[in-house]
Amino acid sequence: MFSSLNGVLYGMLLFMMASGLTLIFSMMNVLNFAHASFYMLGAYFGFEISRRIGFWPGVVIAPLLVGGVGAIVERYGLRRVHRYGHVSELLFTFGLAFVIEQLVEMFWGKTPADYRVPPSLDFVAFRMFGTDYPAYKMFVLLTAAAMFVFLIAILQRTRVGLIIRAALTHPHMAAMLGHNVPQVFMAVFGVGCALAGLAGAIAGPALVTQPSMAADLGPILFVVVIVGGMGSLAGAFFASLLVGIIQTFAVAINLSLSQIFGAVAPPFLGDLWNVTVAQLAPVIPYMLLILVLIFRPTGLLGTRES
Amino acid sequence: MKTRIALAAAALIGFAGAAVAEDTTKIAFIDPLSGGNAAVGEISLNTNRFIAEEINAAGGVNGNKLEIVPFDNKGNPQETLVQAQKAADEGIRVFIQGSGSGVADALNEWLRKYNDRNPGKEILYLNYGAVDPALTNAKCNFWHFRWDIGSDIRMQAAASFIKGRPEVKKVYLINQDYSFGQSVAKFAREMLKEQRPDIEIVGDELHPLVKVTDFSPYIAKIKASGADTVITGNWGPDFSLLLKAAADAGLQVNWYTYYAGAVGGPTAVRQTGLADHVFEIFEGVVNSAPAAAQKFETDFRAKLGVGLFYPRQVNELRMFAAAANAVKSNDDIKAIAYRLEGMKFATLDGGEGYMRKDDHQFIQDLFISSFGPLGPNDKFDEEHTGWGWKQIAKVDKENTLVPTTCNMQRP
Repeated sequence: MFSSLNGVLYGMLLFMMASGLTLIFSMMNVLNFAHASFYMLGAYFGFEISRRIGFWPGVVIAPLLVGGVGAIVERYGLRRVHRYGHVSELLFTFGLAFVIEQLVEMFWGKTPADYRVPPSLDFVAFRMFGTDYPAYKMFVLLTAAAMFVFLIAILQRTRVGLIIRAALTHPHMAAMLGHNVPQVFMAVFGVGCALAGLAGAIAGPALVTQPSMAADLGPILFVVVIVGGMGSLAGAFFASLLVGIIQTFAVAINLSLSQIFGAVAPPFLGDLWNVTVAQLAPVIPYMLLILVLIFRPTGLLGTRES
Repeated sequence: MKTRIALAAAALIGFAGAAVAEDTTKIAFIDPLSGGNAAVGEISLNTNRFIAEEINAAGGVNGNKLEIVPFDNKGNPQETLVQAQKAADEGIRVFIQGSGSGVADALNEWLRKYNDRNPGKEILYLNYGAVDPALTNAKCNFWHFRWDIGSDIRMQAAASFIKGRPEVKKVYLINQDYSFGQSVAKFAREMLKEQRPDIEIVGDELHPLVKVTDFSPYIAKIKASGADTVITGNWGPDFSLLLKAAADAGLQVNWYTYYAGAVGGPTAVRQTGLADHVFEIFEGVVNSAPAAAQKFETDFRAKLGVGLFYPRQVNELRMFAAAANAVKSNDDIKAIAYRLEGMKFATLDGGEGYMRKDDHQFIQDLFISSFGPLGPNDKFDEEHTGWGWKQIAKVDKENTLVPTTCNMQRP
């Protein structure tokens, strides 16, 4: 039981980061390799602001700043690269990730930053089966859920969402109708980055705020986006939960092949025989990624092939 | 025109001549200076430079100034060999390395071959951090000397401390799934069994190296096991995230760690608020160190803005300088290596250590310290957290000895 709650908590954290990535992908067809770097920027901006003004202003201002940086990157970088095709865009964001990491190291140093949970949330929310659940994690959970509802509502129910979806599927038609498509793209990229920034500002105190945090989380985000279905917000939501829950459950299982089939390993399987499910836990999402790509290339809830 | 070129050439040669005449002895520092472990590499580079300056200010080594030349190996064994070759080509005869046993194994093997092929131009390998026991056992090498505490020795010290602590009954082991983490788990099992057969090992977990972002499921397992003590060799983010998850879940156990004091460790412990529950086995405790060590620490902090993470680097470089001075040569590496064997040396943190001749492992008194709010007489906190290390116990060097299987081949 507490495994599932832990899994949901971790999944929600993943979703906060993956939502921006999938949004950008679905709107602009850009697979943003630098997404995790914007998440890291969010954490560092949040840290810097919380140190000066306080945690809450940080949570509000940091995503706005990151969104601004994202918009600038789109306007003066990505838009120029766009005309040379997707490979160039991919390489552009790939390079950007390294640049951001180096900049963060230059400004904040290579050692982890002391980004702390605010005192107002630093208490135990409730106890279950002898384990404490900190209020901060509940805060993360609620924020992620609110974000999901909010994004779905905007995309499906408002005029802005309508224009965005139109610009996505029929950019020329939308432009003919008088909408400024490049500006829509810039806004979408900015909002996507701001979401990553928000995730960073909130996840920073819960995890470790350090220059390698982007590289640590980047790969798993792609798993979430691809398993969920490229560009599907709901898919990303369910995939995040799935990855979170599978991983936490797997850690709890100490079963190995030797326990099922007896201690004597068949030839050539000596090491494999004693590997427990728990040891495999972090690899399982990647196996899921491969299986999904083979058997359901559109992802769980996706509509188009990647 | 011709004369001008000749003049320019003469000036260049003269300039180069002046550079050579400056009398420096170069030491190659081969460690990650970019990538995930760059934080550690950068700090130890600066530490070595600081110590070299101190030695230089006191007259240098045989009149020469020491110069630490950085080589970025990106934490990768292949790149290490490229950088090692580069350093050798530049004529550097002393290497310092310490981050990562995989790198150390590769470098050790390369060095053995290089020294066989280049008699009279041997290279000395000063190891301040790679703790794989193989380096002082099966793969021991005459040119390799280690000042860090081998993971077997550290566990021996921990076990002899736990021997006197009857409240430790159930121990949980959680380590990173690679050679070092596995060796910590193995030694913990063996040595605890020897020192305290009544202790029950209630869990032995290996998790992937630097891949886990959420340790709460692992903490749930520790909690379910009823452990009162956890032993871990985790370092870096694996250590910080593990402790954060433990604090979040309200897990009340004592932590025996190898690397709580490493870069980022104190920040993480402070964030968890686990005061006096996190112990470290280390070669010194600055708050109860002799006056000379505290003076060194004060100067170090004033210059670099961080605490001294590696007292062993001080022992290492000072001892190298002493050995070179004793043989009156910076280039006769073979003589220096022979001088280092068995050499006794007063360590920075008090007490006399010696370089064990059998395996080139530095043997010294070790300390168990705990991390928490500073006492009234404690001068030094760590990473600006307001918390610092307090000495809990001293383990005499005799109680840290572990037999070696090294069969040293001497030239």
